[in-house]
Amino acid sequence: MEPQVRLRPPANRVDPRAVRYWMTGEAISNGVVVVVLGVLAILIEPARAWLLLALGVALLIGIPYMIIMPIWRYRVHRWEVTEDAVYTLTGWLWQEWRIAPMSRIQTVDTQRGPLEQAFKLSSVTVTTASAAGPLKIKGLDHEIAAELAQKLTEVTQAHRGDAT
Amino acid sequence: MTTADNGWQQLHPKTIHVTAMTFAGLAAGTAAPFVLGFAAKAGLGLMLLIAFGGVVVVTVAAALIDLMRWRHTTYRVTDERVELRYAWVLHKMRSVPRDRVRTVDLTANPLQRVFGVARVKIGTGEQSSESSHLTLDPVSKAEAELLRRELLRRAETTAAEAPGDEIATLDWRWLRYAPVSVTTPILGAAAFGAVMQVSEWFNAQGAVFRTVRELFEGLSIVGLVAVLVAVAIVIGVVGSLGLFVEMWYRYALRREDGNLVMSRGLLNTRSLTLERSRLRGVEVIEPLGVRTMHAARVDVIATGMRQQSDNEKTDPKTLLPAAPFAVARRVAAEVIGSEAATATAVTGHPRAALWRRVRWALYWVAAPVVVLAVLGLLLTTVLLHLAWIAAVVLTPVAVFLAFESYRNLGHGVAEHHLVTRYGVGSRRTAALLRTGVIGWTISSSPFQRRAGLVTLRATTAANKGAYPVYDVGTDDGLRFADAAVPGLLTPFLEQRR
Repeated sequence: MEPQVRLRPPANRVDPRAVRYWMTGEAISNGVVVVVLGVLAILIEPARAWLLLALGVALLIGIPYMIIMPIWRYRVHRWEVTEDAVYTLTGWLWQEWRIAPMSRIQTVDTQRGPLEQAFKLSSVTVTTASAAGPLKIKGLDHEIAAELAQKLTEVTQAHRGDAT
Repeated sequence: MTTADNGWQQLHPKTIHVTAMTFAGLAAGTAAPFVLGFAAKAGLGLMLLIAFGGVVVVTVAAALIDLMRWRHTTYRVTDERVELRYAWVLHKMRSVPRDRVRTVDLTANPLQRVFGVARVKIGTGEQSSESSHLTLDPVSKAEAELLRRELLRRAETTAAEAPGDEIATLDWRWLRYAPVSVTTPILGAAAFGAVMQVSEWFNAQGAVFRTVRELFEGLSIVGLVAVLVAVAIVIGVVGSLGLFVEMWYRYALRREDGNLVMSRGLLNTRSLTLERSRLRGVEVIEPLGVRTMHAARVDVIATGMRQQSDNEKTDPKTLLPAAPFAVARRVAAEVIGSEAATATAVTGHPRAALWRRVRWALYWVAAPVVVLAVLGLLLTTVLLHLAWIAAVVLTPVAVFLAFESYRNLGHGVAEHHLVTRYGVGSRRTAALLRTGVIGWTISSSPFQRRAGLVTLRATTAANKGAYPVYDVGTDDGLRFADAAVPGLLTPFLEQRR
């Protein structure tokens, strides 16, 4: 019997700062929940016990998630660009590998939100003509992202045709 | 047709008649309930006079607006471009390069047909861009036909492809598949909704209920419900037959200059043209009811298909309505030039995929049963009985559907196409052109990883954007993807140690 095949992980990890970036994002959403429920608990006396219980449950789930998810995600997230294709792996529990051939890439964008700015991170979005969603590489260092976008743009411009 | 300088032409002047009559009809239809509703209080004569005045005002206004639109709208077809210009108060110009035109769709509603005009929509088949299409609303029927043939004729068309090669025409025996479609229950339910709505306008809902109750006085509640359901089914069947006739009357699918042309319709006629280069494959779809009658429908997989809009009664991507399987097989084969969709031997998926489906089915049953049981323990024993009845009735149905869904899974590679089959209820077999695959998405959940399964998606520029191969064995699935699109996946595969 032939040996079994599997997908090898893409070559590059994202920037290690991405872990802190994801943690900060989760910390902010945890903070919002605490503030909203806390303020409500102070204001609405009859429901105080229930609101504090909800707050406790939210933190019981939110804090482990805030610590485990980013570390796990960092171990999963990887990307690679070869001569012929872009290859990404994303997710943590649910994982997704995406492959797009260079010749079918239509646009390449880099984005950075305010929080990403703070960590000097960018994400690169690679779209094809498919309506089923783009390839996204999140948590890249500013400069690496810019270089990558530049390189991809050059390669895709060299390919002719409408990439459908 | 008025020819202005430089080839600029006007739309057909009869559009003003069409618009005026459309709005007159709409206004009269809107006014009718008010006339009837207030006739008792204000007198029929007065109400009729007011309504007539309203209809005249609306009609004249609509006609004047359309007259101004018509006077200031011109279009022309040059050697390089199709251009549409509107120049009054607001200036608009839209231009589509001729070599990028991929669709020319002709539609005509009954009024437009009376006046011998048709709407022409010229598109480049690009999904996203704003200026990817322009609409000539309307031109004469002859002009519309001429535009279609002219704009989609390509130099590379060989003489061997005789114009008007017929692929399929309507067979009235297909009518028998119409009542088993989903439209039957929908129309049946809609009929009741309409009765309720209209009677509410006239404050007569109570009277309707009373009349129904008196009509079937001797019947129990169960009997009454049975009668009403039977009535709904009859209305639904009649309605879906009517809808079928309206949509598929004079249906013909043919090849013209290498492109696919489908024309159909009883009252509203339409003629859709699909340029050859947009074709990416076909999908053979067998909804449960239709499948038991050994029939199937054929959809096209092509780039730049419009999303189903509200005023379309059927997806424009349907090339063949439900027809005997042999016909579907032949049409699918003629459209893509290969028997890939129906003759490819598909490989089934691992048993683990079945157990996943059985587990999902049991969760679906467990959720309502547990809720009913908990409420039953807290409130009343009636709910406990409901809980076990639900468990007994729903479990076999859910497990049957799980097995059905598993049996429908399959994938295979043909000469030029990859084939994937899936679906619960509706079984879909898609044959996608292998050169039309523009990437792969491979996903796995923790449960799939434990069972050694992945879900593959072949992404494409056509239709929904991706065709899935659900719950395939990891090794088998990756080898399939690697074989279907050689080279793309190869550098990223490794042998398992």
